[in-house]
Amino acid sequence: MADHTEEIAVGNQKAPVIEPGYTFGTVTDKISSIVLTRPTSTGWFVGFGVAFLITMMLLFALGYLFVKGVGIWGINIPVGWGFAIVNFVWWIGIGHAGTLISAILLLLRQSWRNSINRFAEAMTLFAVACAGIFPLVHTGRPWLAYWLFPYPNTMQYWPQFRSPLLWDVFAVSTYFTISLLFWFIGLVPDLATLRDRSESRWARIIYGMLALGWRGSARHWHRYESAYLLLAGLATPLVLSVHTVVSFDFAIAIVPGWHTTIFPPYFVAGAIYSGFAMVLMLAIPIRKLYGLEDFITDRHLQNSAKVMLATGWIVAYGYGIEAFMGWYSGNRYDAFTLWNRLHGPYAFFYFMLLLCNIAIPQLLWIRRLRTSPLGLFLISSVILCGMWLERFVIVVMSLHRDFLPSSWGMYYPTRWDWMTFMGTIGMFLAAMFLFVRILPMISIFEMRTLLPEAEVKAE
Amino acid sequence: MKTTPIYGMMAEFDSATALVEAARKTHQAGYQKIDAYSPFPVEELAEAIGFHSNRVALITLIGAAIGGLSGYLMQYWMAAVSYPINVGGRPNHSWPSFIVITFELTILFGGISAVFGMLALNGLPMPYHPVFNVPRFVMASKDRFFLIIFSTDPKYDPSGTRQFLQMLEPRSIAEVPS
Repeated sequence: MADHTEEIAVGNQKAPVIEPGYTFGTVTDKISSIVLTRPTSTGWFVGFGVAFLITMMLLFALGYLFVKGVGIWGINIPVGWGFAIVNFVWWIGIGHAGTLISAILLLLRQSWRNSINRFAEAMTLFAVACAGIFPLVHTGRPWLAYWLFPYPNTMQYWPQFRSPLLWDVFAVSTYFTISLLFWFIGLVPDLATLRDRSESRWARIIYGMLALGWRGSARHWHRYESAYLLLAGLATPLVLSVHTVVSFDFAIAIVPGWHTTIFPPYFVAGAIYSGFAMVLMLAIPIRKLYGLEDFITDRHLQNSAKVMLATGWIVAYGYGIEAFMGWYSGNRYDAFTLWNRLHGPYAFFYFMLLLCNIAIPQLLWIRRLRTSPLGLFLISSVILCGMWLERFVIVVMSLHRDFLPSSWGMYYPTRWDWMTFMGTIGMFLAAMFLFVRILPMISIFEMRTLLPEAEVKAE
Repeated sequence: MKTTPIYGMMAEFDSATALVEAARKTHQAGYQKIDAYSPFPVEELAEAIGFHSNRVALITLIGAAIGGLSGYLMQYWMAAVSYPINVGGRPNHSWPSFIVITFELTILFGGISAVFGMLALNGLPMPYHPVFNVPRFVMASKDRFFLIIFSTDPKYDPSGTRQFLQMLEPRSIAEVPS
């Protein structure tokens, strides 16, 4: 507890983690009133309505896909992966920032995370849910996807454990399960607060059931803290492993442009890069619309901007090494991959990638920009585009021209590809709209521990 | 007078500091069966009521070990014993490719054990509990701090315990019907 108050004292020089003048009561009221008493605004209904309609478009695109098969997409040989895998990697990468904020920053005692971890974890869950759709439907026969799990069956076979695609099944499903548990366990004490403060009988019953009868006993808190820390300790290597395993999907293959050892660290850094961009794109409008500038302060925006700057450079280093190895390896296929990126038919996207992921984010060195919400919002959207392009470059540009010129081809996404991709963005936003309306989007009990009065003074 | 069974005597405090101090005094006065309630985790509080260690870490370790072992053995048995396939002349027991899933299952079982172990040790979910009968206890999830002495404590007697709690200068005292 001592470090927390120290940090708030230091806050006079930097922007504070939480504006001064709050008490346990006012923090509780401010966050819980958004869910319990504040009337639902027209803006919420419009926003949710639009996101919901886009979700319906997703269901339509998927329904048509189930009727017709993956032939409605632009995929073909040689580019068999196309949008499905681009979007899968993009979404799962976005999820990584949530776990980084909730687990890694917890272990590093970065208490500023306390006001953004809840909705960042929600973002993780929804992003992983969106990501999961793609490989599932990309299998072509999603109703048989359970064949990927090892279960005793009449066909008398077992899955192939030497395949990275199977590793992915385990990594992503573990990631979703652990993220869900972490998020729910973090919610339990706050659900108890909502149960105790709600005026409506039904809300009391529903929040009460979800709160599991939490009463804040010292014994419970003691075990709770142990479990929470252990879960953070387990989630930390997990989050690093998930994108590592995703990168194995590529790196284990021999396709030029994929078969490289830089992939795991560079994928993880890229994941956190895009994840923080998404955190900012959500945090900036949310704190404005719900008046939460006192809790999500300029300090949070600045720290996120610095994380993006750092991970952005790791990503830039990855691109550099890829290009360097294309030349240094002396392998003519690797060299051609580099040439093809610079001069091939998709060269425009490679240069856009360099612009979005390396050039434009350098503006974050400017302090005034790091404290400007609008500037950060725009840069974050550029980074998200850039990270999407990165996956497009990796998936499509490597596959479309590999070893044999006779089997080269081009890949063009169809309207169904675009509808599915846009549809998952709608689903993600619809889930976020519901989340901020029915659950506390900032962890109330962890915010209380940030207040000076939370410190137990020695006798 | 009609007697309802009494669960304990509860005192309400304004701050974490006051609660920790009161819990310490109560524990030192020889009360064994006590508990304290706070709206956020207070590190010193568990110690003050005489609760030192918990078994969550052990349960997590056991769960993680079971997950890792069963993950590896499952892959070994399926790939080398039950359904061996020759992939490019690699050995059936190609352990490096089993590491990823072993690792993932270690984390999965460890995490599930941590969460459900903690809930089980805490006796949750438990929708009804006698402390909820005290009307002021709704504040325990907001900004008030409570101390309870259970009626099962050998030193508990209704008037003596109330006098003792009065000495700790709480904001209010309530008898908790069970």
